[in-house]
Amino acid sequence: MQRHFEKELESLQTTIIKMGSAAEEALRLSIASLLDASVDVAERVIENDDRINSLEVEIDNAIVDLLALQQPVAVDLRMILAAQKINNDLERIGDHAVNIAQSAIPLARRKPSDSLLELPKMAEIVQQMVRDALDGFIHREVSLGTKVLEQDDTIDDMNKSMTRQVIELMKSDQKSIETGLDLIRVSRNFERVADLATNIAEEVIFIAQARVVKHNAGEPPRQP
Amino acid sequence: MLSTVTTAGVRPKLSTKNLNLFYGSKQALNDISVNMPEHRVTALIGPSGCGKSTFLRSLNRMNDLIANVKVTGSVFVGDVDIYGERIDVVELRKRVGMIFQKSNPFPKSIYDNVAYGPRINGVRVKRVLDEIVERSLRRAALWEEVSGDLKKSGLALSGGQQQRLCIARALAVDPEVLLMDEPASALDPIATAKIEELMYELKENYTIVIVTHNMQQAARVSDYTAFFYMGKLIEYDETKRLFTTPKQKQTEEYITGRFG
Repeated sequence: MQRHFEKELESLQTTIIKMGSAAEEALRLSIASLLDASVDVAERVIENDDRINSLEVEIDNAIVDLLALQQPVAVDLRMILAAQKINNDLERIGDHAVNIAQSAIPLARRKPSDSLLELPKMAEIVQQMVRDALDGFIHREVSLGTKVLEQDDTIDDMNKSMTRQVIELMKSDQKSIETGLDLIRVSRNFERVADLATNIAEEVIFIAQARVVKHNAGEPPRQP
Repeated sequence: MLSTVTTAGVRPKLSTKNLNLFYGSKQALNDISVNMPEHRVTALIGPSGCGKSTFLRSLNRMNDLIANVKVTGSVFVGDVDIYGERIDVVELRKRVGMIFQKSNPFPKSIYDNVAYGPRINGVRVKRVLDEIVERSLRRAALWEEVSGDLKKSGLALSGGQQQRLCIARALAVDPEVLLMDEPASALDPIATAKIEELMYELKENYTIVIVTHNMQQAARVSDYTAFFYMGKLIEYDETKRLFTTPKQKQTEEYITGRFG
């Protein structure tokens, strides 16, 4: 007997995946606008953010209905609680993509001959983290979640290194200050996206194993 | 009375207009006007004695069987006022079937329980009866469990199976509406879940009204919910809205357990 509640859970999962694809796409385009110095693409990211915002509201409403009407417990309850947080995280990723696109526009207009320093590498890692976190959610794959958690430190280090390099750049050439500020801003947004991917990964582990791993709240894994 | 529910796009199957019901001098229902949409589940909730069961029973004139009952106002099934003149109550109950709290199969075989109504209605051809019995048992999600032995007594089934047998028996006369009075309150959680799932499937073909003391059940199974208190309809709305943002303070107090 399949309960219709399970169908509603599947439908929630499907909408989260849709939201995830939209956030991933926003991130991908914001990075493209940065690397290709394309103002058009950057503007598309800014325009598309409405869609992510409305998906967020749609998911919020579905979650309220499920909690109020279906009284979920155990793995179902964990899934719904996690979905609520992931929804929030994805919406924030969309906002950071907008921030990146907003910095990409002046960078593109100044047509910087300067390199983007470590940003292309950061972009690659951050995109992979978001993809892994979402795949982990879709397939309840704890190992993908763990992989994301491990990469968070790498991005933190790269962000610090970026800051140092940009400061050196600005010290050596005052004309590079505006560009430098935009580079730092993008780096900082990548670092935030990595944090949000990490949050999603933590929720993946929470759904699958009822284990809280955030804030290093170490607890031995529960036997399934 | 508040009945601001939007049933836009959905045809009402049952509606009451200024329905009052008195047991002797005691008024049990007070000016109830409500539209219950077709192919949806409407739940009636409220504390004991609030009038919800009386209201349910007024929808197929089961209250006629009680002495000293007086009804004013109208109840429409489709376009027909069932308290109007020249209403054949037997015919009405064919259109509006009822499932009770305690399953009440006849002390007959499973087959004969389901075939009982069609036989009364004059169906004699065995092949036709066989078809009706199988279709009804399938719709009641019982066929898979009993098809091997339809000669077995209905009373030999488990509680949950007996209740589904009663649902199959009600479906056999091809009703349009099913009234359910606490249909799962005597069942364990697994049997309850089966009845709830069944209601979800049945609403594709039938309009269902259920009385339940179990608020969570009303939340799970129904599309619309009516909250009764002291014979009055306090609030009627989409279940989603009533259970997340009720308009009336009394409703909120009742569904959150802060009542009284």
